[in-house]
Amino acid sequence: MARLPYLPQTETDVKAMLARIGVNKLEDLYSDVPAQFLHKGDYALPDALSEQEIRDYFASIEAMNARLKVFVGQGAYDHYTPSVIPYLCSRSEFLTAYTPYQCEISQGTLRYIFEYQSMMCELTGLDVSNASMYDGPTAAAEAMKMAIACTRKKTRVLLSATLLPHVIAVVKTYAKFHGVEIGLVPADGGQTSIEALKAELSKDDVAGVIVPSVNRYGIVEDHSGFADAIHAEKGILVEYCDPSALAVVKTPAEWGADVAVGDGQPLGLPICYGGPYVGFMTVKKEHMRKMPGRIVGQTVDKQGRRVFVLTLQAREQHIKREKATSNICSNESLMALWVTVYLSLMGPEGMKQVNKLSADGAHYLKAELLKTGKFEDVFPDKPFLKEFVLKYKGAGLRERLEKAGFFAGLETEEGYVSFCVTEKRSKEEIDRLVSIVKEG
Amino acid sequence: MSKILEGLMYSESHEWVKVEGDVAVIGVSDFAQKEMGDITYVDMPEVDDEVTAGEEFGALESVKASSELFSPVSGTVCAVNEELEDAPEKVNEDAYGSWIIKVKMSNPSELDALMDAAAYKASIGE
Amino acid sequence: MKYYDKLVFELSQEGRTGFSLPVNRFPAAPEIPSALKRQGALNLPQVSEPDVVRHYTNLSQMNFGVDTGFYPLGSCTMKYNPKINEEMAALPGFAGLHPLMEDSLVPGARKVYEEMNKALAAITGMHTFTFDPCAGAHGELTGLMIMRQYHLNRGDLARTKVIVPDSAHGTNPASAAVAGLEVVEVKSLENGRIDVEALKPLLGPDIAGIMMTNPNTLGLFETQIEEIASLVHGIGGLLYYDGANMNPLMGVVRPGDMGFDIMHLNLHKTFSTPHGGGGPGSGPVGVAKHLEGCIPAIKVSGFHGNFGVILRAYAYILSLGKDHLQKVGQYSVLGANYIKECLKDKYKLPIEGVCKHEFVFDGLIDDGAHGEVPGATTLDVAKRLLDYGFHAPTIYFPLLFHQALMIEPTETESKETLDAFIEVMRKISDEAAQDPNILHEAPHNTPISRPDETTAARSPILKFQDTL
Repeated sequence: MARLPYLPQTETDVKAMLARIGVNKLEDLYSDVPAQFLHKGDYALPDALSEQEIRDYFASIEAMNARLKVFVGQGAYDHYTPSVIPYLCSRSEFLTAYTPYQCEISQGTLRYIFEYQSMMCELTGLDVSNASMYDGPTAAAEAMKMAIACTRKKTRVLLSATLLPHVIAVVKTYAKFHGVEIGLVPADGGQTSIEALKAELSKDDVAGVIVPSVNRYGIVEDHSGFADAIHAEKGILVEYCDPSALAVVKTPAEWGADVAVGDGQPLGLPICYGGPYVGFMTVKKEHMRKMPGRIVGQTVDKQGRRVFVLTLQAREQHIKREKATSNICSNESLMALWVTVYLSLMGPEGMKQVNKLSADGAHYLKAELLKTGKFEDVFPDKPFLKEFVLKYKGAGLRERLEKAGFFAGLETEEGYVSFCVTEKRSKEEIDRLVSIVKEG
Repeated sequence: MSKILEGLMYSESHEWVKVEGDVAVIGVSDFAQKEMGDITYVDMPEVDDEVTAGEEFGALESVKASSELFSPVSGTVCAVNEELEDAPEKVNEDAYGSWIIKVKMSNPSELDALMDAAAYKASIGE
Repeated sequence: MKYYDKLVFELSQEGRTGFSLPVNRFPAAPEIPSALKRQGALNLPQVSEPDVVRHYTNLSQMNFGVDTGFYPLGSCTMKYNPKINEEMAALPGFAGLHPLMEDSLVPGARKVYEEMNKALAAITGMHTFTFDPCAGAHGELTGLMIMRQYHLNRGDLARTKVIVPDSAHGTNPASAAVAGLEVVEVKSLENGRIDVEALKPLLGPDIAGIMMTNPNTLGLFETQIEEIASLVHGIGGLLYYDGANMNPLMGVVRPGDMGFDIMHLNLHKTFSTPHGGGGPGSGPVGVAKHLEGCIPAIKVSGFHGNFGVILRAYAYILSLGKDHLQKVGQYSVLGANYIKECLKDKYKLPIEGVCKHEFVFDGLIDDGAHGEVPGATTLDVAKRLLDYGFHAPTIYFPLLFHQALMIEPTETESKETLDAFIEVMRKISDEAAQDPNILHEAPHNTPISRPDETTAARSPILKFQDTL
């Protein structure tokens, strides 16, 4: 049998080490395990593959997947990833390190997290960012718990019905087990209804409200009056955002929000069948001590040089145990680096152009689709950027587009079909998609 | 050796109490601040919050630890020492000069369960 | 490693750009109403592509990873991360899949999940796994939700508490609290194992289950696991296995066979996926057959978990196959025992006997304390190790010992590496005995010296904008 290249021990090494330990064979190292628990016989696993065989096998399963042009968003946006990002993020010094516990040899990680925090604060307009969370939906769930922790006597958290479905589902799961009651604020004309919100707030038990900045229909929501209404009842306002869109839409801080959460995926992360992505959370300074997750801060070393450390750790699970704000420990550090490199490359101008290209392409697609006469517009007066929904008058649209090489027109819970255009979609691709629609 | 002030009352969890009429002024002992090391944050309740004798009302935090504060008496918080929000090190500098909260007591007889300076001194083995 | 002081913001020059986008050939879309537009400026850095590449390359050079050197961080299983795994995970036929594509479009991706499920079930003795959790703590939380769901499905609403040993990872009680369970702590014996006599009176109709890791955080096998399992099952509770310490059991012992009903695995520990500076990880949760029905009700992440991480772990499992699995477990245990035996005359070993993949020392035997000069602490030893080019072990955990130094070498380290580490640890012990100040002042050779963490916490500076 070939040796596994990751195991350096020779027979001589093993013998010498066993002798130093004072046992005869490897099995003796498990002498404390009751005999009935020692596994007998082979494990039900395939034979080991060589590297070349792994490569061939992966090529064969990769080839089974459809290769479609993606025209769907709904929480995963197919933006372009500049080649610099995977190049830098695969550097071993970043990739194979762990949590920066020993700050003297982790300044690389600590500095990029500090830069990441700075950028997320810049995008959202809020004061303090953590070092990242798992994904957007879990960041929203953490915000839900935080609302309860910040307001103490209140027991209920409201979610806008226009949040993406997977966000609502995850928050509800966490709430069910954490003992938090969830209320849904219905939509009015495709956007969170302030009248419905006020009616719910009047019940005097609302700790916080989570609303989408750009919602499940792609509509840019108007949150005028939301913060005042919520703060009057001593609740907190949480904005769920697409951070890419925050380059052009009103920021959580500008809406008066206390907390911003969302998924950093649109900032250059591949859609990769749903992960790894990166959740983000930023808060107003007054809520900093209740924020979950790791935080990096600036200080000085003994020589007075600027250095970075994990800070405000007394909030965290390894110190507070069951009294911690959250159980989060490992987050998505490397994906935070992806986001940081992406935003460094794009800068303010690149972010503006990405939004413009995507929005122009999406509006073009929507106009062309409507021209076919096969769709009804659902929210004709509502502003949108890269994503929109329509009502399809026929059936089988998505399947037909799939056959032609497009993933587009995904059916929503409401019976609409959803489209999304990023800067990766060319005019030729859009024209071809529309021509397929016309043929159907 | 830590400092113990005569005339204050002490709890087993190292809080001190100074009685001013029906108000209990509460802080932590010099022994407690020494055990904690450099205090980086004092987590305090809000005015009008209810506290219960023997139950948690806040926490002291250092870089690597968090230590709960337990109320020696029951009642309503009538003041919190806002100065500590920006200067938690004052608890390290002068534990008895840095009160944390003031509680309007609902049951002053709870004070009977607390220790005097001599008993507290013995309890911490000094 | 050398000190490099820039932040990317400080490289910024008005008008410089680092992006490349296609020409816009679309008609201009109507602008969104001004009331919905961002008002404030967007002060992101304005830098060129070479600036970005050089900046992050410089940052990386202040970092230490598994590829840099020995990283014996206890409880974290810092094994080598095979490079082929990275390449496989980046294949466009995986990275370009949208998570909402139905199964019929992505049979290759579904096959990865199915094969992984079978493999993990074979390795652990569990019935089936969910891959939604994105990290170990996330897996714990999911597992505890499954535990509660099981009792709720049976209409048993009284089980609101979970037993956690005093040696547990801090995430265990924190996960329990998030899952709405009250934590009851069970004490350890002098020999580091759970005190079964202390456990018995805790067991009752209010207990949902117990969270354990076996071997425990001291690296010791819980020899009474059979009795513990029978006691907990006897009162209707479930056993949860924290898979953070699964590595030594690879190919030797299966948690399912020991009576565990629910467990999570850390793919970024046991299954070789890179730790990434603190994620992305993956924490799949396995359950016994009678709990399978509890999984669908629990949605803990957006889509299908961290697919990219699962792909890497799958490539690793294919490279192990049934042939090499056992060597992983055995060699991880061999290395840990070897280090322990070679150092126990210099460092306090609180509990004698064979350990599994890791063990805990309780500080130096001779810390050099004399007169006014305090002895060298575990923190000092850790910092001194950095001077000699090693990452430090996990320190001050578990909480059972005041000077805990938790060492986990993993199976991918050669005898030469272990010998070099042992030599340095002995040298540090000698240094401490002669002049502990050398250790108090360490590290001396790293890009920075010890930071002022108190000021960092008292007056937080948490973003670049705070420094302007």
